[in-house]
Amino acid sequence: MEVLLGVEALESGYGSIQVLWGSSLEVASNQCVVLLGVNGAGKTTLLKTIAGLLPARKGKITFKGADITGLKPNSRIAGGIGYMSELGIFPNLTVEENLKLGGYFRSEKDNRKRAGEMYEYFPDLRAYAKKMGASLSGGQRKMLGVAKTLMSHPGLVIMDEPSSGLSPKFVKKVIEVLKFLHEQEKLSMLIAEQNVSFLDFAQKIYILDKGRVSFDGDVQELKGNDTIRETYFGISR
Amino acid sequence: MLKKIFPSLGVVLVVVAMFLGLPSIYSNQSFLFNLMLYLALAEGLNIIYGFTGYLPFGYVGFFGAGAYGSAIAVTLLHISPLWGVLWGGVAAVLIGIILIPLLRLSGAYFAIANLAASQALYYVVSNPALEKITQGPYGIDLSSVYNANAAYYALLGVLVFAMVLVAFIRNSDFGLCLLAIKEDRVTASLAGVNIVRARSIAWMLSAFVAGLCGAVFGWYSAVFYPSTVFSLDVSVFTIVFVLFGGIGTLAGPLAGALILYSMYNFIGISTPQYFQLFYGLLIIALVLFLPDGIASILRKGKVYVP
Repeated sequence: MEVLLGVEALESGYGSIQVLWGSSLEVASNQCVVLLGVNGAGKTTLLKTIAGLLPARKGKITFKGADITGLKPNSRIAGGIGYMSELGIFPNLTVEENLKLGGYFRSEKDNRKRAGEMYEYFPDLRAYAKKMGASLSGGQRKMLGVAKTLMSHPGLVIMDEPSSGLSPKFVKKVIEVLKFLHEQEKLSMLIAEQNVSFLDFAQKIYILDKGRVSFDGDVQELKGNDTIRETYFGISR
Repeated sequence: MLKKIFPSLGVVLVVVAMFLGLPSIYSNQSFLFNLMLYLALAEGLNIIYGFTGYLPFGYVGFFGAGAYGSAIAVTLLHISPLWGVLWGGVAAVLIGIILIPLLRLSGAYFAIANLAASQALYYVVSNPALEKITQGPYGIDLSSVYNANAAYYALLGVLVFAMVLVAFIRNSDFGLCLLAIKEDRVTASLAGVNIVRARSIAWMLSAFVAGLCGAVFGWYSAVFYPSTVFSLDVSVFTIVFVLFGGIGTLAGPLAGALILYSMYNFIGISTPQYFQLFYGLLIIALVLFLPDGIASILRKGKVYVP
């Protein structure tokens, strides 16, 4: 399979605190990758560094074969990486404006067509098109976050804990939507999560532990690993 | 888009008609001039504060830079005062470019740093060692080119420019991306907005408007001193007017400046002893009950504010 995103021996952090100590991972085209890890493992730091919000101290990031390690966030987004942060919407702008900003650097015509598709996927959003982002429920905000990220036709979508702050019912709904989009749009995804319900549709799993990748493999391999099973599934022998 | 252009156009036309017509009914030209000055400054400040959320407490620095930039061009390079106005705008933009790194700060830190920068500029300009260029603390004398009527209409032109600029920003994608920066810089950059470029452009446009205002003010006053054109009152008045009217709109700052500046003149001159009390109460009431300005009353009634 063709490698879409490549991360090699990445080191990053905040000020004097180094968080990532040489993490490597790969996302192939049309592949769903889940990055698992407990709080403080460095998941968000890794995603932020890939998106360019944090500078890489060492290591290399490639996207579609090109080195993007030194690029600014907006150039990476324009290059085809979509990033959805935990609270990635503008609460004081309308749903419509949020979507428009998602496709900020694309033509108006293209944006309108794409917004129409998003309203097809998420009928709730159409009903709230003229309402402020702040008036949406938690689940609807996530949907808006996903739709806003998809507006720019990204080749790869990076999501930071799409399940955070949601009730189990909504978590299920988010997973359904992501599965659907993966099939419909042939999306590649890199999702950082603590919630193991996301593993079901992951084709590859990485576990991040204290800034290092401690495991990579598919769901079967993961479930066969005793220590991991204890940590993440709470099942012991 | 077109539907929203007409209300804005209406506002611009009303303001222009007002300042073309008023001089023949009301003879206090100096009041009308100052009113127009604050309308234009309010729109200029609105560009940076209303759309990107940076509160420029040192906004007067651009005003002063404009006054001095144009006066120096007129006195030393002997260009006509009308062209001098443009030079004033350019001088303010140059100061704006020097101050672009301040945009890395946010909130109160930005406001304080900007305030300090404007005061630094004041002390540089009024330094006696620069007497050959700026006349130092002794002030500038432009009485040889004094022409009150010409300056009045030049200011009207500046005001129209400022209003059209704000109307454009309010209805364009550029304005939307500035609002995104105001909301959340990180999320904006993740939407693909080039934050540094967008906010720098807004900053320089805002500076340009203040520079033009300062330049025309210098021309109209004929004689001015560093303490007049770098007076903090200019910043404070402009900020209060913009807040009172409602930030991020075209009509809000105009209404705010119109109401408060007129009141300042009428009450401030008839009963100056009560004026500050009255003004203070008004501002307290504003902060408590209408933090988003008088434009928010209309918005609550679902009326579009241009």
